[in-house]
Amino acid sequence: MALPPEAAGHAAESSGLGGGGSAAKPGLRRDSVVIRFAGDSGDGMQLAGMQFTAESAMAGNDIATLPDFPAEIRAPAGTLAGVSGFQLNFSSREVFTAGDEPNVLVAMNPAALKANLDDLPPNGVLIVDREAFSEANLKRAGYAKNPLTDHSLDKYQLFQVDVSKLTNNALHSTGLNNRAVFRCRNLFVLGMLSWLFQRPVASTERWLEGRFKKTPELLNANLLALKAGYNYGETTEMFASSYEVGPARIVPGLYRNITGNSATALGFVAAAVKSGRPLFLGSYPITPASDVLHDLAGFKNFPVYTFQAEDEIAGVTSAIGAAFGGAIAITTTSGPGMNLKAEAVGLAVKTELPLVITDIQRAGPSTGMPTKPEQADLLTAMYGRHGESPIPVIAASTPADCFDCAYEAVRIAVTYMTPVILLTDGQLANGSEPWLLPDPDKLAPIKVELATDPNGFMPYTRDSETLARPWAVPGTPGLEHRIGGLSTEDVTGNISYSPANNELMVRTRARKVAGIARDIPPTSIYGDANGGDLVVLGWGSTYGSLREAVTQMRDKGKSVSHIHLRYLNPLPSDLGAQLRKFKKVMIAEMNMGQLLKLVRADYLIDAIGCNKIQGRPFKVSELTNRITRALEG
Amino acid sequence: MATALTRKDFVSDQEVRWCPGCGDYAILSQVQKIMPEFGIPRENIVFISGIGCSSRFPYYMNTYGFHTIHGRAPAVATGLKVTRPDLDVWVVTGDGDGLSIGGNHLIHALRRNVDLNILLFNNRIYGLTKGQYSPTSEVGKVTKSTPAGSIDFPFNPITVALGASATFVARTVDVEQKHLGDMLKRTHAHRGAAFLEILQNCNIFNDGAFNDLSDKAIKADHQLVLEHGKPLIFGKNRDKGVRMNGQRAEVVALGNGVTADDLVVHDETNLALAFMLANFEAPLPTPIGVFYATSRPTFDGAINQQLQDARTKQGPGDLAALLKRGDTWSVG
Repeated sequence: MALPPEAAGHAAESSGLGGGGSAAKPGLRRDSVVIRFAGDSGDGMQLAGMQFTAESAMAGNDIATLPDFPAEIRAPAGTLAGVSGFQLNFSSREVFTAGDEPNVLVAMNPAALKANLDDLPPNGVLIVDREAFSEANLKRAGYAKNPLTDHSLDKYQLFQVDVSKLTNNALHSTGLNNRAVFRCRNLFVLGMLSWLFQRPVASTERWLEGRFKKTPELLNANLLALKAGYNYGETTEMFASSYEVGPARIVPGLYRNITGNSATALGFVAAAVKSGRPLFLGSYPITPASDVLHDLAGFKNFPVYTFQAEDEIAGVTSAIGAAFGGAIAITTTSGPGMNLKAEAVGLAVKTELPLVITDIQRAGPSTGMPTKPEQADLLTAMYGRHGESPIPVIAASTPADCFDCAYEAVRIAVTYMTPVILLTDGQLANGSEPWLLPDPDKLAPIKVELATDPNGFMPYTRDSETLARPWAVPGTPGLEHRIGGLSTEDVTGNISYSPANNELMVRTRARKVAGIARDIPPTSIYGDANGGDLVVLGWGSTYGSLREAVTQMRDKGKSVSHIHLRYLNPLPSDLGAQLRKFKKVMIAEMNMGQLLKLVRADYLIDAIGCNKIQGRPFKVSELTNRITRALEG
Repeated sequence: MATALTRKDFVSDQEVRWCPGCGDYAILSQVQKIMPEFGIPRENIVFISGIGCSSRFPYYMNTYGFHTIHGRAPAVATGLKVTRPDLDVWVVTGDGDGLSIGGNHLIHALRRNVDLNILLFNNRIYGLTKGQYSPTSEVGKVTKSTPAGSIDFPFNPITVALGASATFVARTVDVEQKHLGDMLKRTHAHRGAAFLEILQNCNIFNDGAFNDLSDKAIKADHQLVLEHGKPLIFGKNRDKGVRMNGQRAEVVALGNGVTADDLVVHDETNLALAFMLANFEAPLPTPIGVFYATSRPTFDGAINQQLQDARTKQGPGDLAALLKRGDTWSVG
């Protein structure tokens, strides 16, 4: 047989399809498989990947995905710049990441092969569309010789499939033009892999029916291509066997697959519903944040207002206006937009209006790598405004966690009357995982009490516990008042240039934000709760890689633990004490060491940095190597 | 509203801190005087401003007010008006705030036709920062930042607004109290983004900038008061008019066979005429009044209509159903 046989003894670390289980016809069992779909950005690889993900989720696997696409919508066809990829890890166990490296690489053209081959381990499964390796395409990808024939791929399990021709044959009867037929190749590949890994294609069929409701000829063509691919897998002798990845043992309940951006959007809607206020999003399109705008634009009946503003500044300032009027106001952006919004966010700090600024981080500086993730906006979130301008900062750790964090951001904003910054990143935004649907009735309450009593009303009186000022919205008789960016007097909110009053107000706002620490859960330690040799501290999207790496170290008997922060400002009150229980503290971040600076400054702990600034998540192997060195050093 | 409000009801308890003699006093006074005529409860009125001398305005109005940041008032106001269409929202801005740092927000609020009352105080100078030229300062103007004279060609606020597809564009002068009052009423009556340029004297840094329009001795010969359906007549003795000579406007003396019938008749709905009037240069007079007024659906109206339509079609939002949307599967 051609696919890596269990019996051949390829160890999990070195081979294509690793994992345990016994070989049993018709399907060989695997614990988990990582597939990467790669092709030209017009080849529909994201779609094939997402549908394969949906099929895997329906099959009960735990999954994690990592799309990787170019910033250019249509880079020149066939070039390295135009390669788009989608990696998916599906497993019968709990998975934390989309996988360090693929077991199976699907390359739809020479450029896709060239851009991804380095990640495929020896003996990995390589499926290519043979016809795409034409002289012209080889030249565009910079190949002097055809790798399919020069034996340079001998160390992989190479499957050359005539995807284009087979798709063409299957769609011959439809009378569609060549271009339309060519665009169905991804469905052929999806069908083929669906057979190979015993995925049910029903969810893909349903999706196609919805997508092509108005173009029955295209629906028919795509369904034909999907079936042709599936049948090809079954009937051809190329693949001797299919593979079975059993359902994972995950918490019972109702699940759906969700991306971080969709979860963020839903978290905001849920928070608005629970607080009984309309939701307003002011936003300017920017990669990788725009999907939140797209999603929310479809939820108008809740009611959700979406305002595509003329620029980033209008995105946030319109939200400030909506907050003044009593809406749950949010703005979404990425790094460049964060900088543009900074002055307005300062206004929200000064006027103490509730507002959530979501920064879906991408690799910088400047325009950087817009579609690639990074965590280098932490200090911008903390300090990126003039003056003393403290803001609560929270960060989501997985795609589904974006729901909880968006919800929590709103809760903090309206409870404390403050802007809140929510950090996610490009990896969370477009990555997906199964999401155990929350029961709306069990979400934390969000209490909004608008001021209504004119007796003794002053805009800057404060709640004795939270230090929040009243939310007094226009339309309320007797509460007419003026707010603004100028320094204002305690209680009355009248303009004041009094030196002592200015310091009082600055310190009061700082105290208010610091006081949120009383309202957040204590530090949770994965591993040695009473301390040990080393703790890995992280935040944000690195969660999966860190948890997997720490688990692997612990499996080897090492005293390694993991703390992952959701609350970055204020930090949990007990964090310093918990970190001090460990001999070494390693802080892993996709930046040059920003949390590291905060931890050193706040706790005088000489933590070790573990940093990567490549626009790519940490590989588990990179982390375990670094942890091993740190334990030895 | 139980009893009719008076001017005093709109005066806040804050001390007005403009320079003595500033044209802003006259504008504030007229706005406070006119507000009761609208019959709107104070709590439903919001004044939103940016930064600059004019932008202190909200502090002096006993309504809701928001003194925001430089140039952004139209965007803040848009977010408020969209979510709170029940409110009467005013934007107070200046030539620097509205046409320089905030030019982008102003033109977009105008083209979207957000139902805002936008008052742009144009004194052709930066006052709060103590005397630099502004985007409406004339070429050659000597200021602290242009000792050799300004080389910036100025914006004409009226053509900017017309070019941005504003649905209501008007101009008045700070000291012309009756005209100012009339223009405030027209501005307020308009549904959609109403743009009113108020020529305003800065007696400290640009004194007399509009003397030809405000000096009683000469203004009649320079000021052309636009009235819909009326011929363009001006002059102390109302003896001058504007007529077309081919495709160009010219000043003619009335009499000697020239009558009102020969003159251009103002039509507020004629965009081409509005542009022509806005570009009048001496010896043509400076028009004040309503240049252009048309009707177009408002942005806030349309967005709320979409929300209403969605509720009618889909029912009110159901969170549990929304969370379950798409493919779901059960475990256990």
